[in-house]
Amino acid sequence: MAKKMSIYGMLVATAFLFSYLESLIPIPIPIPGIKLGLANLVTLLSLYILGEKGAFIIMIARILLSGFTFSGMATILYSLAGGILSFFLMALSKRKNWFSIIGISIIGGVFHNVGQICMAAVVLKNTAIFYYFGFLLIAGCVTGCLIGIVGKTIYKRLPKNLTI
Amino acid sequence: MRKNDKIMLGIILGIALIFGMYFYFSKKEGSYAVVKVDGQIYGQYSLKEERTIEIPSKDDNYNRLVITGGYADIEEASCPDKLCVHQKKIQKSGETLVCLPNKVIVEIKSEEKSSLDGIAN
Repeated sequence: MAKKMSIYGMLVATAFLFSYLESLIPIPIPIPGIKLGLANLVTLLSLYILGEKGAFIIMIARILLSGFTFSGMATILYSLAGGILSFFLMALSKRKNWFSIIGISIIGGVFHNVGQICMAAVVLKNTAIFYYFGFLLIAGCVTGCLIGIVGKTIYKRLPKNLTI
Repeated sequence: MRKNDKIMLGIILGIALIFGMYFYFSKKEGSYAVVKVDGQIYGQYSLKEERTIEIPSKDDNYNRLVITGGYADIEEASCPDKLCVHQKKIQKSGETLVCLPNKVIVEIKSEEKSSLDGIAN
């Protein structure tokens, strides 16, 4: 129990830190919604270490924590839409064993952006924003792939007794 | 990467390409800019007239839209991320400038549509 709690705490803290780091990195592409997705690295690894339920809790905790600390209610809405959609599809493709860890990360990156843009269309009551859809898909592939490669490397080096 | 990963990547990039081509080929010479704040039309401005429009939004926020040389561009804004300011100036139909924090959208429309609207009216 103590071990489980400390692993959860560690992962939430790491995700929180990554969200902060992410807010410091300027992205040279001025399209709303594009970001590196460093925090998704933690969600991805949690999915492998803790399973679906644990990873979901960690993702929601991270979004709420970093949302209230660094941005605000509006941003939380976008993050939740992107986070929940991408989580659902990542968990599904892991359960069905469709893709490798890199593929699952790409699914996460792409559908995070899809979820966000759909939420933005709802909030703005406007579909003109889908002008960016193509760019967001490509950006999701690139960032998802990068995060996936890093995730794969880290997962291989994690101590085996970390998994519960 | 597994074979499935590559297939999935191909499908997603294919969809992105289709979307990109659709927007690329449906682009026409734009003639006016429609400004919407929180889903409501704030104003429509011809791209031929040089002018600066201050777009107010909730809580004393604003975006300054400048129309010059047939282009629309947001030059200044009160939003924290300034993504709208960094977006390239726009000219062709379908192109948009978006400011998510202020819920402001500037969309370019082409003449054809407005004349159709004229007939409908």
